[in-house]
Amino acid sequence: MPMAGIRKQRIGSRIPAQLALLPAVLVALVVYVGATTWTVWISMTSSRMLPNSVFVGLRQYESLAENDRWSASVSNIVLFGVLFLAAALIVGFVLAVLIDQQVRAESLLRSVFLYPFSMSFIVTGLAWRWLLDPTLGIEKLLHDIGFAGAHFDWMVRPERVIYTLVLAAVWHASGLVMAIMLAGLRGVDPEIWKAAKIDGLPVWRTYISVIMPMLTGSFATAGVLLATSVVRLYDLVVAMSNGGPGISSEVPAKFVMDHLFERGNVGMATAAATSMLVTVAAVIAPWLYWQNHRKGAAT
Amino acid sequence: MTPSGRKPRHLTTARVGLYGFLLISALFFLAPLYVMLVTSLKSMPEIRLGNILSLPQHPNFDAWFSAWSSACTGLNCNGIRVGFWNSVRILVPSVIVSIGVGAVTGYCLSFWRPRGAGVLFAMLLIAAFIPYQVFIYPLVRIFSTAGLNNSLAGIVIVHAIFGLPTMTLLFRNHFATLPIELFKAARVDGAGFWRIFWQIMLPMAVPILVVAVILQVTGIWNDFILGLVFAGRDNLPMTVQLNNVVNSTMGERTYNVDMAATLLTALVPLVVYFGSGRWFVRGIAAGAVKG
Repeated sequence: MPMAGIRKQRIGSRIPAQLALLPAVLVALVVYVGATTWTVWISMTSSRMLPNSVFVGLRQYESLAENDRWSASVSNIVLFGVLFLAAALIVGFVLAVLIDQQVRAESLLRSVFLYPFSMSFIVTGLAWRWLLDPTLGIEKLLHDIGFAGAHFDWMVRPERVIYTLVLAAVWHASGLVMAIMLAGLRGVDPEIWKAAKIDGLPVWRTYISVIMPMLTGSFATAGVLLATSVVRLYDLVVAMSNGGPGISSEVPAKFVMDHLFERGNVGMATAAATSMLVTVAAVIAPWLYWQNHRKGAAT
Repeated sequence: MTPSGRKPRHLTTARVGLYGFLLISALFFLAPLYVMLVTSLKSMPEIRLGNILSLPQHPNFDAWFSAWSSACTGLNCNGIRVGFWNSVRILVPSVIVSIGVGAVTGYCLSFWRPRGAGVLFAMLLIAAFIPYQVFIYPLVRIFSTAGLNNSLAGIVIVHAIFGLPTMTLLFRNHFATLPIELFKAARVDGAGFWRIFWQIMLPMAVPILVVAVILQVTGIWNDFILGLVFAGRDNLPMTVQLNNVVNSTMGERTYNVDMAATLLTALVPLVVYFGSGRWFVRGIAAGAVKG
């Protein structure tokens, strides 16, 4: 963020500006600093149903590590995150490349690919849950068109249910990737294409070895956006599988919510929330640093 | 924007393949919407007999009417309209407050730069990425101490809090593109803080205001977790009620009513999306915390 340059003038009273900034300052102090510290603090106490101030160090984290539900949540979100990021980036990029071939009805196609992103995760989850319904959904459709022995019951199979979540999430988000990538592609200098053509480079090779490296920024933006939604993944799970069958589709955000409000274990919930915070920080810090670094180098 | 890809050829095999692939992709993206629609127009016996893709034989809106006015959440059978109006009551003040606070904050950070503005801006940037779960418990405690928990005012404040990073970034980035001379000239003419904001900056920010409204209307309408935690029983937004209607039904599930209710909930963002055209894409791009 370039912040210098504009702001050297010191004319007149700044008191109204300071007053107007008060809400944001309050939010920053009370929510960003206060609430975060509070959460981290509770996670180091022996709090159960009600918070207390008995410091126990990292004991909540130890019991978290031994908790089956938490381990399932973590391995689920890792699997989901990897598959979802890869699939959404690939689908979004491929769609953007195809749309960029001067096709007819371009804006119609773009609208069709992007509309799922405007809908909520609850709607997305319920729609896909119905499509994948083990008795009346796609399985019945396959039976009706002649595949009598076909099975498509991933919603009720513990080892498969996570893939149904990936499918729904990719459907929801790849239009967003497409929009970001398309903007990136439109920013590519036409001269590049001429040069590649003169060099006799096939179109697909040009995309992979010339254009893709030029779109690193677009990939990073899309990747960070998708990654944030992975950490936040909650509504989709609630609507689609509610963590089931059993605990086979539990995720960290849901673990925190369930332990806060249903299972009455504030200590463990805040330990889980703090773990989420640390993970996000580990991902975001290098990215922010890189962004600043790049900006610094550019100016 | 002009297409930058290779020059189009005439109808070659590759071209046919390209259109074929795009068509199949489009069908994949449209399938859930189509299935929801046909399911909502069928009767339950027809749903059990046919399959999800088959067209309704006697299309009717019975399921839509019962979804709207008599679908049950637990023992309450007043339909999804309860959630709809709750969402409207949450949406209107939340959109106004969150955009207002964000615009003023962005304006302050761009032109006035009181002490600590840089730190505040960095905090907002980082906070945009922190998961809600980190803040929720302390916020619930603070709100119940302040008597705001489970109230309309509470949920509006929560939306303003969580909308603040994106809204501030949006307006700050826009104001940063305006020439500083504009601001200086107004200062020399003796215009004060609010006068410059209302008479010069806000009129120059109309496009970004439209983007902000689109972002916040869809974002707040689609919110689930904040409404669930902070709105309270009497103000549960439509998404929460929808999930309760569909996922906690006792006895036989009525898929047609479920799908009608789902479509009704999706209606507002869909109208905003198709009504706003390219503005929606602009909104996403702008909201994408471009750094």
